[in-house]
Amino acid sequence: MTVPLIQFVNIKKNFETQEVLKGVHLSIYGGKITTIIGKSGTGKSVLLKHMIGLIKPDSGQILINGEPIHLLSHEKIKVFQKELSYMFQDNALFDSMTIYENIALPLSEKRYYPKNRIKDKVMYQMRELGLLGSEEKFPAQLSGGMKKRVALARALVTDPKIILFDEPTTGLDPIRKKNVHTMIKEYQEKFEFTAVIVSHDIPDIFNISQRIAMLDEGIIKFEGSKENVLNSHSTIVNAFIRGEEA
Amino acid sequence: MVTNFFEKTGEMTIRQVRSCGRLFLFFITGVINVFILPVQFGKIIEHTWFIGAKSFFVIALTGVFTGMVLGLQGYYSLAKFGSEAGLGAAVAITLVRELGPVLTAIMVTARAGSAMAAEIGVMRISEQIDALKTMHINPVRFLFTPRLIASIISFPLLTALFNVIGIIGGYISGSILLGINQYDYMDAVIKNIDIGDINGGFLKSFVFSVVVTTICCYRGYYTHLYSGFGARGVSMSTTNAVVQSCIFILIFDYIITFFLV
Repeated sequence: MTVPLIQFVNIKKNFETQEVLKGVHLSIYGGKITTIIGKSGTGKSVLLKHMIGLIKPDSGQILINGEPIHLLSHEKIKVFQKELSYMFQDNALFDSMTIYENIALPLSEKRYYPKNRIKDKVMYQMRELGLLGSEEKFPAQLSGGMKKRVALARALVTDPKIILFDEPTTGLDPIRKKNVHTMIKEYQEKFEFTAVIVSHDIPDIFNISQRIAMLDEGIIKFEGSKENVLNSHSTIVNAFIRGEEA
Repeated sequence: MVTNFFEKTGEMTIRQVRSCGRLFLFFITGVINVFILPVQFGKIIEHTWFIGAKSFFVIALTGVFTGMVLGLQGYYSLAKFGSEAGLGAAVAITLVRELGPVLTAIMVTARAGSAMAAEIGVMRISEQIDALKTMHINPVRFLFTPRLIASIISFPLLTALFNVIGIIGGYISGSILLGINQYDYMDAVIKNIDIGDINGGFLKSFVFSVVVTTICCYRGYYTHLYSGFGARGVSMSTTNAVVQSCIFILIFDYIITFFLV
């Protein structure tokens, strides 16, 4: 049986008196696209931020390749975290930096990256994502769709093995949404990274996902393949897919 | 009621102790990163230009009017004792020891310190600081360290500028407008200012640069913890940064003066 790349075991998280995660069990498998669906405010982004270490759980265990993260050496955790990349819901682009500088930032802050190599990598991503010609522009001068592509380019420029997408299509029109989904799918096939997507784009997101998990009221109510989710008899899952209250 | 009082006092104490610890760690991380290679030359130059060069005009304007007021007030006070010739000394000593470093720090806080707190605060609420963490970039090194170095370079230079322009301001009101002999004025300035006064002033401006930058960057960095998210949170953290910086400038001014005199 394949060992999950990342496994959440009974993860709980409170913010002051508010219980956000009430004992999450979730497995993320390497080389696959896993999508986390669920109502707004159920803690999907909080769950995603646990994966990259931006938020620490109050209790429970996170396993990396089957090993509890707290038992891993500092070096191993560092290596694992360097393989991760995160695309924020609101892009989190640096508004005082140009598009080129934004994409180059994860590399330019590293001592061992020569400038010409950074330029090659950034220009490659910009070419691939149709951003050529915007190098000297600032984020405020770009459309919502272009900002998403810049955020994606920045997430991809370090050649990560795992990319976490926090609602990558929020605020985009249906055409741009489809483009972003296609882009994620194509890139995932090309670079074979592991993707975890938090999304509300149902049923479109099912077309690119291999695994689906549904978070509801702080726990994972469903986890399985997209075929499983579509054939599920769970009232909550079916109601959510139909856009109705359970 | 009594339990409630103790509960609230305890809660507040824990919050204050935590805040002090957080501020200390923030400061220490920033200072340690000054010595970690590579040196962030580009960012240091950019911030020195913003904190130092762009404050030139406001410092010059404040300096000249402060000097002119000192000249005017000093002249009429000294005239009562027939000691107008000592005006140069009074203006210069007041500026170099006290007003130069303090007013420069307050003016730079108002102009650049508020901007630091607001900019970093906006970066916090728009998740740019989280983005730095996900890119394995130390946000304190990236945001605070270059500003700290830039302030340490800029504050003493701006203080020196303030002092010189202030002395010229005193000369304008004392000699040109009120008729004190210009040689007497300059002679009193040169004879009564020694290197100890200048060093003391620079020591103050160095301490103020560290205090102002640390408080302003810290307030912006932890906007979400103290002032909440959103535009209101940023405006609150900016206001707090400026008010606290000004208070600490005056507190440290007293402490340093106490040890210098």
